[in-house]
Amino acid sequence: MTHSPKPVLAVGKYAALLAYLSFALFPLYWLLKIAVTPDQLIYTEGTNLWPSEFTFDNFRSVVFQTDFLSYFGNSLYVSLGTAAVTTLVAAGAGYAFSRFNFAGKRLLIAVMLITQMFPLLMIIAPIYKIIAGLGMLNSLTSLIVVYTAFNVPFATFLMQSFFDGIPKDLEEAAMMDGCSRFQALYKVIFPLTLPGLGATLGFVFTAAWSELLFALMLISKNEAMTFPVGLLTFVSKFSVDWGQMMAAGVLALVPSCLFFIFIQRYLVQGLTSGAVKG
Amino acid sequence: MEGKAVISRKQNNVMPGETRARRSLYWQYMVEPFLYLSPAIVLIGLVMMIPLVIGISYSFQSIELLNPFNTGWVGFENYIDLWADRKFWIALENTFWWTFWSIAFQFSLGLGLALLLNTDFFGKKLFQALVFLPWAVPTFLSALTWAWLFNPVIGPLPHWLTALGILSEPYNIMGDPDLAMWGPIVANIWFGVPFFAITLLAALQSIPGELYEAAEIDGASAWQSFTKITLPFLAPMIAITVMLRTIWIANFADLIFVMTGGGPANSTQILSSYVFTTAFRKLDFGYASAIAVALLAILLVYAVFVLWLRKKLVKI
Repeated sequence: MTHSPKPVLAVGKYAALLAYLSFALFPLYWLLKIAVTPDQLIYTEGTNLWPSEFTFDNFRSVVFQTDFLSYFGNSLYVSLGTAAVTTLVAAGAGYAFSRFNFAGKRLLIAVMLITQMFPLLMIIAPIYKIIAGLGMLNSLTSLIVVYTAFNVPFATFLMQSFFDGIPKDLEEAAMMDGCSRFQALYKVIFPLTLPGLGATLGFVFTAAWSELLFALMLISKNEAMTFPVGLLTFVSKFSVDWGQMMAAGVLALVPSCLFFIFIQRYLVQGLTSGAVKG
Repeated sequence: MEGKAVISRKQNNVMPGETRARRSLYWQYMVEPFLYLSPAIVLIGLVMMIPLVIGISYSFQSIELLNPFNTGWVGFENYIDLWADRKFWIALENTFWWTFWSIAFQFSLGLGLALLLNTDFFGKKLFQALVFLPWAVPTFLSALTWAWLFNPVIGPLPHWLTALGILSEPYNIMGDPDLAMWGPIVANIWFGVPFFAITLLAALQSIPGELYEAAEIDGASAWQSFTKITLPFLAPMIAITVMLRTIWIANFADLIFVMTGGGPANSTQILSSYVFTTAFRKLDFGYASAIAVALLAILLVYAVFVLWLRKKLVKI
């Protein structure tokens, strides 16, 4: 397969590679292009591949003249909080799934799989009612709790696959030497599973960073808005400053890209072990 | 069965003395795992399972936040309304086409990409990182970007499509009820190809290379190796991924909500976006829950059908 002797095939292959690459990158390029195009040129040069002038004004005004910095901060807080709590909870659950046989294990796994299948929007009304009843609307903490619950099943399966990759003998040896199971977990297994924890953090962060519909439902106050909600409110206002919006979009892309670079190596493991959620 | 065997062996080796052993067995089987599991169980129970039950009960009630006096149990009234609701049937049909075309393109393009990534070429690592990038782009951002690209005044796509002769003039396809669905579908394809490529690539890499060598020695063509080795090996992975993705995409309302809001004239409204707009805009929780229960039932029927089909086709 690797040494294709026919030049036609080779050309075809590189053409296909190029086609995939441009399909994947073109929208992102366009986002960036609009963000650096001066406002007065957006309509006249809308379809040009390359703007005739560059500007960073859009970024400057987004950062200094709008509330985007606060949206950004809120999103960062919610996503990091969700990622940290989810990873901790999922590490525990994944460890239990990987190392123990216990009553109700199959039932629990089945329930976790079901949570990945049913329409999440189904619980948007009950969740709204419950959170409103608790007086927790417009609270970022309630978002963290909700997102954590949504992400725990997937993260648990991911963590389980990482724990499955670590030989049982290691902690059994440590327990023979007098460690309790928890000490063995903490001293022997934990350092080995750091890459797994990192990957889980990355996956959950990416998911929480882009969640929109529950945030729209639960947050209505401007100062508690996360980035997606803030950006959409921006769109629905009467006159839209497209350049600024795209600049904000580019800024929203930065954390996702950073985490993406970080979790890239684990994509295969992540998406196939969970295989349930994107 | 296996678990019991393991536990009883432990009991003999590690813990001599019957009472301690029994306590240890009890501890290992009933208590210790739940120390690690309890946070997850509590969270999933409180935030997902209980609201799920409440949600189903909502579908038998009238709960309109804008009309608080009209609250109470109504039996099957929401479902009777649903049966007579033309928007529901349109949304059902749209859900089918949305899911079908999204999956068809995501799968075939994803398979192509996986096959390419399974060969060697210059700059493969960088290429892989770049083509997988759309997966990491936040959904609302993909939606906004694609809406922009399809915009007839400032977006390039309508002009290019006109130049290619596909459109008669550069107009907004998302304003045309016959074509509007293709806007979100294209965005969804863009977003979903990496997922299929990644899972299929993992399956491809698990096919033993000797099979291809043997086939080559026997004089098989590349096409024959593909249909006789690659596809049969991939089949189980394909079946499970397609089934799970179908359910996931049918539930996936974000792109449509941001790009078209279900319009024009409900031509892009799918069931899940209909659930969301009913809950979010009309604050009619009872009716929204009834639509959601209907969607859940349809997906359940689909899942049972696929599992039955798999049992029939794949004999192990």
